[in-house]
Amino acid sequence: MTHPTLPAATAEDSLPRMRMDPVPILLLAAIVALAFFLIGSTSTWVTLTIAGLAMGLLVFVMASGLTLVFGLMDVMNFAHGLFIAIGAYMATSAMKAFSGPASADSLISNLGALGPSLLAAMLVAALVGLFFERVIIRPVYGQHLKQILITTGGMIVAEQLIHVFWGPDLIPLPRPETLRGSFLVGDIAIEKFRLVAVVIGLAVFAGMSLALNRTRVGLLVRAGVENKEMVEAMGYRIRHLFVAVFVAGSALAGLGGALWGMYQENVTVHIGAQMMVLIFIVIIIGGLGSVVGCFVGSLLVGLIANYVGFLSPKIALGSNILLMMLVLFWRPQGLYPVNKQ
Amino acid sequence: MTPLRSLLSADFPRSRALAAVLACTFFALAFAPFLFSSTRALDVAAKVCVFIVLVASYDLLLGYTGIVSFAHTMFFGIGGYGVAIAATRLGASWPSVVAGTVGALLVSVALSLLVGLFSLRVKAIFFAMVTLAVASFFAILASQLSNITGGEDGMTFKVPEMLRPAYSLFEDPILGVSISGKVITYYLVFVVALALFLALLRVVNSPFGRVLLAIRENDFRAEALGYRTVVYRTVANCLGAAVATLSGVLYALWLRYTGPNTTLDFSIMVDILLMVVIGGMGTMYGAAIGATLFIVAQSYLQDLMKLASDAAQGIPLLPNLLHPDRWLLWMGVLFVVCVYYFPLGIVGRLRDMPAVRK
Repeated sequence: MTHPTLPAATAEDSLPRMRMDPVPILLLAAIVALAFFLIGSTSTWVTLTIAGLAMGLLVFVMASGLTLVFGLMDVMNFAHGLFIAIGAYMATSAMKAFSGPASADSLISNLGALGPSLLAAMLVAALVGLFFERVIIRPVYGQHLKQILITTGGMIVAEQLIHVFWGPDLIPLPRPETLRGSFLVGDIAIEKFRLVAVVIGLAVFAGMSLALNRTRVGLLVRAGVENKEMVEAMGYRIRHLFVAVFVAGSALAGLGGALWGMYQENVTVHIGAQMMVLIFIVIIIGGLGSVVGCFVGSLLVGLIANYVGFLSPKIALGSNILLMMLVLFWRPQGLYPVNKQ
Repeated sequence: MTPLRSLLSADFPRSRALAAVLACTFFALAFAPFLFSSTRALDVAAKVCVFIVLVASYDLLLGYTGIVSFAHTMFFGIGGYGVAIAATRLGASWPSVVAGTVGALLVSVALSLLVGLFSLRVKAIFFAMVTLAVASFFAILASQLSNITGGEDGMTFKVPEMLRPAYSLFEDPILGVSISGKVITYYLVFVVALALFLALLRVVNSPFGRVLLAIRENDFRAEALGYRTVVYRTVANCLGAAVATLSGVLYALWLRYTGPNTTLDFSIMVDILLMVVIGGMGTMYGAAIGATLFIVAQSYLQDLMKLASDAAQGIPLLPNLLHPDRWLLWMGVLFVVCVYYFPLGIVGRLRDMPAVRK
């Protein structure tokens, strides 16, 4: 055991920052650089990198809440995919309602349709999350086996209810008019919607980092991840904090689901279950409960999936599993292990 | 009663109602070809036999050892694909069936060992997540490697001559039923399933099974008592995988077909979970009752729901809720209620009944 040295408290730095381990980030950079040499063509490399970043950031948006919830309360929600599905389905309904401005050939009115749709997706996912936390998860705190069972059961029921409300068929989810297609920079083709995904993903990450590092609530959340009892002993109600994080995580999953649905341009009820596999891989790679790990893991998964898909499509399917195995060989607790006291 | 005692490993139903239900199930399954004339009923009976074993082997993990695996269908599928691939490549003979079974068993045990060693050391949640990822990867793999597995279409294969429907063992029908290859296959499935079920009953009532229970109740204490919990968990995991593989072989032989939809689909994993929990975790009889009830309901409840749905026409939303395809909704609700209020499922309720009356 090595004892971390406490940073000296200064006036401007009253909230201690997160300590960062640079090795996984260097690894990420090395993979991007390596891919450049393996792929050979700059334009392909840029296209793949942006696609990988977009996918990775979307996965991060969906996974971040889940890993924080686990870190805070030791609760693993196997029904997290439900919020993704709800977000995506709400987006289909909202985009249908805004089909006028969404199909107009003006960026402003397109964004005017996209924004409220995403907000609606987040809001509904958050409300469902609030309900889900209260009814399904609260009675089984601290019992892992029951948690897995009950959340899986909740997922089954919820998927069926989605069938009841939206029908069992695939629903198309068109992107807004001006965000379709791609534009050329030199000979590099960049899909517009991927850029939107990257921008939103980075904004979420920036907002989350700010909230976790620069606000009192963020400090409490981080402290709660490391030592729940101590936070409670200080007189903070960690349960309220937890519910807030759970609801925020659900809303983010809804946002991610809506964006992912537009990314694929259609929605089926399996969208949640499909993403769950990717999300679990990301969380395992990053280290259960670690937000930074989740971020680096998402980017790793997104980038490698795109690079490998281009370089050798045959092993593309297994690339994520292979990545998970390799990371676990290297660091059995994930890239950024959370030290529970 | 002594032979019965040793056959059941001294693990009796301990409830009259439960014993009656089990006996009815047993006799219905044992004489299914003579009792039910329709092909559909025999299909249901064979599926019940296979799923009793599959669910019982899952109960060994979930109910007895307290680990949640989402990769059980993967092993079920390995069994099915093993025998299908062997029968296609090596010809429809008994040796190729045996070769396929042995090959599938080896693959399953090796894979479960690998996954177990990777992830059973840490928390239950970790194992559940890793198995979910591995199983979904395997399902994609099976549907993509179409030159080996037949892809999404799966593979239809020839079974040994004796098991084909055209074959008949005797010239004259017995009790009005001609003993065709179909009936022989059914009894093959039934006998092997029964043997596997009794073997599992033996395992859970052995000293080994007691250690598994101890691990489920308190793994820290079991470790402190000197049992190497990782080893026990891994062995239980491999054992469950092996039995699941065998049930996959049986199912493939019965259907003469293996494909992603009959073996690897995640919905089958969900079905298994529902069967274990509704029947009763931690009792082998719960697995038997859960599987029987679920599959009979799956096959016949939907007809009932169609009637109800048609009757509810005109009322908003209700016809949708009662639509035959929504039957999983009600099973899911039952599942959630079971986890909360009846953790021992139907078997637990039946065993508690006399106590409630007193």
